[in-house]
Amino acid sequence: MTTVPLHLAVALDGAGWHPAAWRDPAVDPRELFTARRWAGLVTEAERGLLDFVTIEDALSLQSTLPDGPDERAGQVRGRLDAVLLAARLAPLTKRIGLVPTATTTHTEPFHVAIGIATLDHVSAGRAGWRVQVSPRRTEAAHFGRREVPPLDPRRLDTDLLADLFGEAADAVEVARRLWDSWEDDAEIRDVPTGRFVDRDKLHYIDFTGARFSVRGPSITPRPPQGRPIVTVLDHGHSRVPYELPARSADIVHVTPHSRAEAEAITGRIRALPREGEPLKIFADLVVFLGEDAAARKAGLDELDGAEFTSDAAVFTGTAEELADLLLDWREAGIEGYRLRPGAVPHDLEAITRRLVPALRRRGAFRREYEAATLRGLLGLPRPDSRYREAATV
Amino acid sequence: MSAPRRQVHLAAHFPGVNNTTVWADPRSGSQIDFTSFVHLARTAERGRFDFFFLAEGLRLRELKGRIHDLDVVGRPESLTVLSALAAVTDRLGLAATVNATFNEPYELARRLATLDHLSEGRAAWNVVTTSDAFTGENFRRGGFLDRADRYTRAAEFVRLSRALWDSWRPDAIVADQAAGVFVRPQDIGTVRHDDRHFTVEGRSTVPRSPQGHPVIIQAGDSDEGREFAASSADVIFSRHGTLEEGKAFYADVKRRLARYGREPHELKIMPAATFALGGTDAEAAEKAAEIRRQQVGPQTAIAFLEQIWGRDMSAYDPEGPLPDVDPEPEEGLSQGRVRLADRTAVAAKWRAVAEEKNLTIRELVIEMTGRQSFVGSAATVARRIEEFVQGEAADGFILVPHLTPGGLDDFVEEVVPILQERGVFRTEYAGPTLRDHLGLAVPRPALRDHLGLAVPRPAREGAS
Ligand SMILES: Cc1cc2nc3c(=O)[nH]c(=O)nc-3n(C[C@H](O)[C@H](O)[C@H](O)COP(=O)(O)O)c2cc1C
Repeated sequence: MTTVPLHLAVALDGAGWHPAAWRDPAVDPRELFTARRWAGLVTEAERGLLDFVTIEDALSLQSTLPDGPDERAGQVRGRLDAVLLAARLAPLTKRIGLVPTATTTHTEPFHVAIGIATLDHVSAGRAGWRVQVSPRRTEAAHFGRREVPPLDPRRLDTDLLADLFGEAADAVEVARRLWDSWEDDAEIRDVPTGRFVDRDKLHYIDFTGARFSVRGPSITPRPPQGRPIVTVLDHGHSRVPYELPARSADIVHVTPHSRAEAEAITGRIRALPREGEPLKIFADLVVFLGEDAAARKAGLDELDGAEFTSDAAVFTGTAEELADLLLDWREAGIEGYRLRPGAVPHDLEAITRRLVPALRRRGAFRREYEAATLRGLLGLPRPDSRYREAATV
Repeated sequence: MSAPRRQVHLAAHFPGVNNTTVWADPRSGSQIDFTSFVHLARTAERGRFDFFFLAEGLRLRELKGRIHDLDVVGRPESLTVLSALAAVTDRLGLAATVNATFNEPYELARRLATLDHLSEGRAAWNVVTTSDAFTGENFRRGGFLDRADRYTRAAEFVRLSRALWDSWRPDAIVADQAAGVFVRPQDIGTVRHDDRHFTVEGRSTVPRSPQGHPVIIQAGDSDEGREFAASSADVIFSRHGTLEEGKAFYADVKRRLARYGREPHELKIMPAATFALGGTDAEAAEKAAEIRRQQVGPQTAIAFLEQIWGRDMSAYDPEGPLPDVDPEPEEGLSQGRVRLADRTAVAAKWRAVAEEKNLTIRELVIEMTGRQSFVGSAATVARRIEEFVQGEAADGFILVPHLTPGGLDDFVEEVVPILQERGVFRTEYAGPTLRDHLGLAVPRPALRDHLGLAVPRPAREGAS
């Protein structure tokens, strides 16, 4: 049986996704904020020929409460800025995609756009951006520029969320226009006329939205990929489920808990209006891998004093079993996975050293990197600037 | 004789987007490829420089309502490229120019602390205050800030950033696996700030960084700018090129420090400096003249003239004489450049020089703009640099090469060894952090016994 290879990413955060993962003796918890540790993780992921890593981030401290600090001492607290962390890792890697999280809620779309463009330049075409919103009052208080109502985790389909998702869509639109605002051949270095650029190939983007307007052009030349990859995690709770990724993302991360749910989700997404290349649907799974996975997870649960659950399905089992599950869900239209290792390095190494070979045996994963850019790994073409046609016709 | 010689500090400015940077030279490389940044940063580190420096401009420059196309255009986001450079350098300080008007403190303080972690203590922030509505068109709030408030906002921004940097006690992370204590929540302070420009309450996400506070640089020349530097900065990036101007500026700024309870050595003054090197002084002078001709091409000469005269001068021959037309007194022709104070007076001065020396338009622009700070053999340039530093006209220089990325190669090969032989420049880094290179103390963390952490007002606020 020949199959289209799966895409595989890992989501990196702290010592892994289990709140007690940092207590594993294999982890040096003092190293969590060092470039050295992150370099080790991302090079491990690259050794496994994974498509990309994502890096979690937020504009407030981690908490077990829906909003506000929980004063807990027993879990990892603190994070570095993910875009800068991704840039720090770029020169240490060659092929793997780097997809940091950056929020659109309190940030300047212009700054985020040139940050991601710069990540694409320093990584020679491996940048992505996991778009996120910051709905919490805690986060708003860090900026003092917006009043927001309390967040009710049971009722997410609120005006607030619709507003924040609308703003996120606008921020992505601004970023893509800015990335396109320099045509690829804008730099001419024409000595006889003394011109460094052809200014007819630099474009104002003149975006006006409900929350901001941006004039452009970008100050940063067009990124190597043209448009870096945009990903969005969507649980399907918004007013029109999956509308934001269908409108604005290259990849959507979804959280089915069964094959049947996966089928329902992919069906809903495919029914939404979409322009351009089809949206790639990746499922998120938290994974604890190995013969002893269930016992390991139970041990971590005991250390944390609570059973670990997640928005995504939690898998415990062997790499072979996981490989079978991934291929099974593929039948439901899932094209790739973002695996959240329960504990790092253990479950990351199980992905790169056991799951990847198991998928290869099933003919479902690459044996070498087939492209130099993240778009290339995802099989997406490099887009022309949207302003090109207008300028040359 | 036995008084210790004052030590020179040096920084490398990545070539910018004005006509100092020569792009028409065959040796001129990319202004955006990461390899160019790596080349210059590694050269600076080989030369044991204090830091690498990136400027910023958040809107492409315009002239006559159109994007200025004669100079290099296009730059990366500063902190992102510096973070990548942290991976390919070990000791070199990494300084980003970042605007305090079109950023918010919580986010920027976090990004700067992140760079400090990822570089193990090498981050610096050059605080600039551009606030014009033209630049504002790229941002949420537009041109919201009155020019008169540019430094009150910057000072409040820095004060709030430092409170955020201080908010995690140095030992807040316990990381005791057996006891199950990762962090002591009571050692993560809640910053509460409510003042004129910012109302911020909450906790930082970033543990205390290696330098405590990234190094603060200030670039701006007004009285308010100098006062802000005296109160808040560790380094001043200035433009005072001559020995006399340099001495006056140096004395003025260092005098202001006492008001804030600071010692002269706590603020380093580092003017921008360009240079042309040659085997002999005569050869260097020839080279300097050639570089000036490259920097002021025919079209650039006309563009300079238009900025001063404030009107379209494209009909005139750059290799011909200065035409007999008066400058336009109104503002508005150029955007994104430093404004000209009084164009009629400047134009009159230019005309006098052109007539006296019988210069063409291009020769006049070459004569009146951007002459190199240091021209000579390596020995001459080293001697001049020392003269500035021993004469208290500067603590060192931020060198601006005219070529990307190799413009510093000769300086590092030839001038640095002479400075080292003379005992005025380090042969090895004394420590790992930028504060170590600059001889700046690590700020004592503001220890607090309780969670609430109101940001203290500066001692002198309200006095001016
Ligand atoms: C040497 C020097 C370099 C500067 N570099 C920048 C820069 O890269 N980006 C920027 O936005 N402003 C830059 N500025 C502008 C200043 O930060 C400041 O905002 C401006 O000069 C207005 O302040 P002032 O009135 O105190 O001079 C620079 C100023 C000086 C003196």
